[in-house]
Amino acid sequence: MLAYALRRIVGLVPTLFVLVTLSFFVIRLAPGGPFDQEQTLPPAIRANLDAAYGLDQPLLVQYGRYLAGLAQGDLGPSFRFKDFRVTELIASGLPLSLTIGLAAAVLAFLAGVPLGAWAAWRAHSRAARTLMGLSMLGVVLPAFVVGPLLALVFGIYWPIFRVGGYVPGDPAYLVLPVITLALPVAAYVARLTRDSMREVLRSNFIRTARAKGLGAGAILWRHALRPALIPVVSYLGPAVAFIVTGSLVVESVFGLPGSGRYLVQAAIDRDYTLVMGMILVYGVFTLVCNLVADLAYGWLDPRVRLE
Amino acid sequence: MTPRIRIAAFVLGALALLALAAPWITPWSHEALDWEHLAAPPQLEASHWFGTDRLGRDLFARGMQAMRVSLALGLLATLVSVGIGVAWGATAGYLGGRVDAAMMRLVDIVYALPYVFIVIILSTLFPRGSLAALFIAIGAVGWLTMARIVRGQTLGLRNREFVAAAIAGGASTPAILWRHIFPNVIGAVIAYATLTIPQVILFESFLSFLGLGVQEPYASLGSLINEGAQEMESSPWMLLVPATLLTLLLIAFNSLGDGLRRRLAPGDD
Repeated sequence: MLAYALRRIVGLVPTLFVLVTLSFFVIRLAPGGPFDQEQTLPPAIRANLDAAYGLDQPLLVQYGRYLAGLAQGDLGPSFRFKDFRVTELIASGLPLSLTIGLAAAVLAFLAGVPLGAWAAWRAHSRAARTLMGLSMLGVVLPAFVVGPLLALVFGIYWPIFRVGGYVPGDPAYLVLPVITLALPVAAYVARLTRDSMREVLRSNFIRTARAKGLGAGAILWRHALRPALIPVVSYLGPAVAFIVTGSLVVESVFGLPGSGRYLVQAAIDRDYTLVMGMILVYGVFTLVCNLVADLAYGWLDPRVRLE
Repeated sequence: MTPRIRIAAFVLGALALLALAAPWITPWSHEALDWEHLAAPPQLEASHWFGTDRLGRDLFARGMQAMRVSLALGLLATLVSVGIGVAWGATAGYLGGRVDAAMMRLVDIVYALPYVFIVIILSTLFPRGSLAALFIAIGAVGWLTMARIVRGQTLGLRNREFVAAAIAGGASTPAILWRHIFPNVIGAVIAYATLTIPQVILFESFLSFLGLGVQEPYASLGSLINEGAQEMESSPWMLLVPATLLTLLLIAFNSLGDGLRRRLAPGDD
């Protein structure tokens, strides 16, 4: 197991390298630069700016410098937010983004797995079928539709939660964003759990457990859950990607000062270092979550490790 | 044909027909300004069936124009990504060994990145709002799932007798792929292509929601939702109209794709 884990961790390095290199060169290919404005700057000032940020160097030199900085944990200066390092900008918003994202992930799995298991147990009941029909809706609807609708219903028509004008530390502002993020993941997890649970419930060892006279709870919890969770765990990686994507939308819909809001504006502004920093931070996060999912997969299903 | 497939196909057909025929149905164009009715709720008198936006533009006309963009882009980008995905997956699966490992490793790497980043980076490469940019950005991520599925299917087919017979008969590799492998994966491809369309529509709306996609004076369901979300307190129809249209499109395509997948690619769940 340890060797398997190590092998997988080493495997991250080339992926990260490809990510850094690709995003570095592709964003430089984009027309325009961070200091292109409607009013052209006097050439001397422009030359000074370019020199100060190292933009006057050949691209390969810039790339080398970026990598060198990266090795020391420095993501460079932001081009648009003067006097801010990218690390500072991202660090200021990341705690909030992580809180929302993690809360959403936990909520999604805590809600999705039991609902799916229950729907598999009572597969032919009307309630379970209705639930699964509704879950289709949850899977299909994107955060930018669900978010505003939830805000409209629960923030304005029936104001039980707060929307807009975020006050740090007040959880009433975070409920709707977390639900918005969790909804598609919870719905998908419920569907996955139901499908795999139905499969598991048909197997011989479950029949034996039933024949022994075990109750529903004991069968589901002690016997069926672990094998049924395998596809759910492998969904963990994509789920995190889903939540990261959603957080971009959710932060802008609900006006939260997370770090997601930087990405889009930075891409439009050609704030090279900020875009790269965002991609790296979120990219590493996604890769690590994929890795954790794979390791958990190897633990649940030992056959996987041998490949 | 299960009732579900039939209903989904019917809804889709009706939506597509409505979107295409809209210019002849409504007297308003998607960019005409009606100064008499600014931010007006849905009404019959002035033929603003879905209401108007802040500038007095008819939401029915804009919604239908946005659906035309979504459908056209959805179909075209899906074709592109299916083409790349099928060729890539079938080649990797059929050749096997190191080539397969290298080709699928690339897919894994791109797959591991959140697609938003790829799409956002790619969309900065082009002038804002160019449909070609949307196309390429979406096509670049859309083919990955297809490549995986086709590779899986091909792996299963490669050792079958009819392939061995074709090899023994002296057929070339491209000929075997084209004549013997493709026809056998086509069912799964059609099913998953139908499931790719709503994803493409979602990508496009998402980018437009962020302001990176379709630009004024044209509308996208995503940009309409974004505008509507800002006005929802005073004029909820501005949010509800595009949200409903997008929801209908997505559910119909997903139901159709899911139904087709169960029929054409069973055992692939």
